[in-house]
Amino acid sequence: MIAETGLAALWLAAALALLQLILAFAGLKGGKPELLAAVRPAAVAQGVLTAIAFALLVTLFLRSDMSVLLVVTNSHSMKPWLYKFAGAWGNHEGSMLLWVTVMGMAGAAVALFERALRRDTHMATLGGQAAISLGFYAFLLFSSNPFARIDPAPADGQGLNPLLQDPGLAFHPPTLYLGYVGLSVAFSFAIGALLTRQVDAAFARAMRPWVLAAWVLLTLGITAGSYWAYYELGWGGWWFWDPVENASLMPWLAATALLHSVTVLATRDALRAWTIMLAVVAFSMSMVGTFLVRSGILTSVHAFAVDPTRGSFILALLALYIGGALALFGWRIGSVREGAPFELVSRETMLVVNNLLLTVILGLVLIGTLYPLMTEAFGHKVSVGAPYFDRIAGPIALALMVAMAAGPLTRWRKDRARLVGKRLLIPAAIALIVAISLSVFALGRIGILPFLGLVIALSVGVASLAPLWKRNLRRTPLFTYGMVIAHLGCAVSLAGMACDSAFTVEKLVAARPGDTIQTAGWTLHFRKIAPLAGDNWTALQADIDVSRGGGSVLIHPQSRFFASPPTTTSEAALLTRWNGQLYVVLGEEVEGGRWQLRVWWKPFVTLIWLGGVMIALGGAMALVGRERRGWLMKWRARKATEVAA
Amino acid sequence: MRKLLIWLPLVLFLGFIALFASGLFQPDDRIIHSRLVGQPLPAFSLPAAASDRPPLASAQLATGQPRLLNTFASWCVPCAAEAPQLEALQKAGAQIDGIAIRDARADVDAFLKRNGNPYARIGLDARSAVQIALGSSGVPETFIIDGKGRIAYQHIGDIRADDVPMILDRLRAAQ
Repeated sequence: MIAETGLAALWLAAALALLQLILAFAGLKGGKPELLAAVRPAAVAQGVLTAIAFALLVTLFLRSDMSVLLVVTNSHSMKPWLYKFAGAWGNHEGSMLLWVTVMGMAGAAVALFERALRRDTHMATLGGQAAISLGFYAFLLFSSNPFARIDPAPADGQGLNPLLQDPGLAFHPPTLYLGYVGLSVAFSFAIGALLTRQVDAAFARAMRPWVLAAWVLLTLGITAGSYWAYYELGWGGWWFWDPVENASLMPWLAATALLHSVTVLATRDALRAWTIMLAVVAFSMSMVGTFLVRSGILTSVHAFAVDPTRGSFILALLALYIGGALALFGWRIGSVREGAPFELVSRETMLVVNNLLLTVILGLVLIGTLYPLMTEAFGHKVSVGAPYFDRIAGPIALALMVAMAAGPLTRWRKDRARLVGKRLLIPAAIALIVAISLSVFALGRIGILPFLGLVIALSVGVASLAPLWKRNLRRTPLFTYGMVIAHLGCAVSLAGMACDSAFTVEKLVAARPGDTIQTAGWTLHFRKIAPLAGDNWTALQADIDVSRGGGSVLIHPQSRFFASPPTTTSEAALLTRWNGQLYVVLGEEVEGGRWQLRVWWKPFVTLIWLGGVMIALGGAMALVGRERRGWLMKWRARKATEVAA
Repeated sequence: MRKLLIWLPLVLFLGFIALFASGLFQPDDRIIHSRLVGQPLPAFSLPAAASDRPPLASAQLATGQPRLLNTFASWCVPCAAEAPQLEALQKAGAQIDGIAIRDARADVDAFLKRNGNPYARIGLDARSAVQIALGSSGVPETFIIDGKGRIAYQHIGDIRADDVPMILDRLRAAQ
């Protein structure tokens, strides 16, 4: 019954989306404004129905209902409840249901909470959201039904990929999806604005909080995913330039650019066409990423549902939505007035530089990701790996960081280059000092990119605090703090990346219990190795005493065996200290009762994710700050009218 | 100019769609193609691996006639499964030389006694040095060497019965 109810809720939601689309456009174009009254309720009902469908799927997983095909193929009654729960979206059908649920709920949120947008644009936006949702409902219902039954029901399920049996799975995909799919709101806003030709500062102010919210969640999702890959895959790396990682990075790059250009549009009414274009591109990148991952045309460690039929379906959706949006853009944007001009030395120019650099990185990542596909079309096979991305995107990202330091110190409208230079004097001095001390102490030992990374991270870190210089800190608005913290987060993250690649010490040994290993100031005493049984796995677990001068700590790297499906994973032991992480992986047994141990000391590596969290926190503060200011202004205006009356 | 810029994204996107479609509908080809095809055979000179066959050097593979070079090992199960196909190739007129990888003469002799001996010469590559130089990742593999000592084809894995005509065709084409 539960599965059938879920499916019915989905069909109903799809029907409502169709209704919402027809009502919005008939109301706007057909001269029947009374139809518009039903658009918002339709959007809200759709959000509720998708949430119900999703909750029902989760219920099926929690109850291990083995008459449902998806539960059979992705779950097992012996699994801990957290993984039953997370298993609901650890597969193709479930994650697509999560996708339409996020889309439906985002649409409902726009219907309920958006007050600043002009009414006709609001209705056109909701119509746009319904149009995109409709395609994904069709995809779900016709080719990826999560509620399909299996008859006869098997006695038990096949289990979940053990790599995914990690608490991270409960958190990382939903957050990422909220951001990824949340960008559909920006896309629909752009459609709405193009349809009603309302591309102006008021529109940008209405769109900004939605972009910010999606971007904050996307940032958190990427940060969490990076940390998950770091500790779960046991390679000691935190970013692999895998097509799926790139698929989440590309929307983030576009959304970051959008976040800055929408500010220019909101503050100075400039960059109109460009902002609309970015809003279209950001969610397009989400869709392209999904296509690349789900169609199996690129090989990836994440590819869990390789199916050309589904691939063609998503390709058709891509062509329809992105192609349609770009055609609408071409058709309508000519009639949108050019925005306000600005001087060469101004905050606007700095933000244009930011946008250009972000767009170039986006383009390079896109080309790198698709390059194997392009050459294959001409009969050659290549794969593009981390060296390409590091070497190509790295220097541009560093240039972007420098622009990020200068941007907030440049005034809107018009500034003087000499004054901007003066404000950057202290950061420049710090850059010089760091460069000289690094050359003295670490010359020849670290590469050029980590070297520049450290220099830029430290100077930009200081520069990002400069907007607070000589200001009344209590009267500084929350969104300015948000910007400062987000920019500081970029510097912190960069410092972590540079430290990791410059100073990591790696040691691979074959040790038997009783041996002592010395590396990077740490002493590891390998005490014993013993079997251990978990919920649905057994493991070999090493007991290792580690110490650095003072008292010792016991850590337990494991090699885990899962029975269904039969797989081995390595659970790295991580010991976090203020200045870095010790990362120990237990490998295979080699002859003579010795075991491979891989030990890394990674100075300041945790800064990478701390920076990511700071960036997201800064975004959240900016969001709350802007919204609060909006409420306060409205409240004061109401007070003023009351007093006048 | 502005008009051009406005429509540029759509044009680019249509290009991507064409690319995606071609990637999606192209037959899936996951075979690894050797980069050594067309390259001259790396120079080597190996001691004899079997008591009744002469040793093998790379110069002996450039005799004007195309030959097969088969890497195998006595400890390799697919190599034993491949033996009848090599026999068939030899009967069809193919000249076959072998390289035994990480092996010992007594084991090779026993292997050939069990599975037949289609080889004209067999070299012993005790430390996989030649195997690595050939860019080969496992046993068995079979290379077609044209008369001038260049690699014309690399067959990864064992030769199945269906592959025999294809190998003979390629051997003829390498003339």
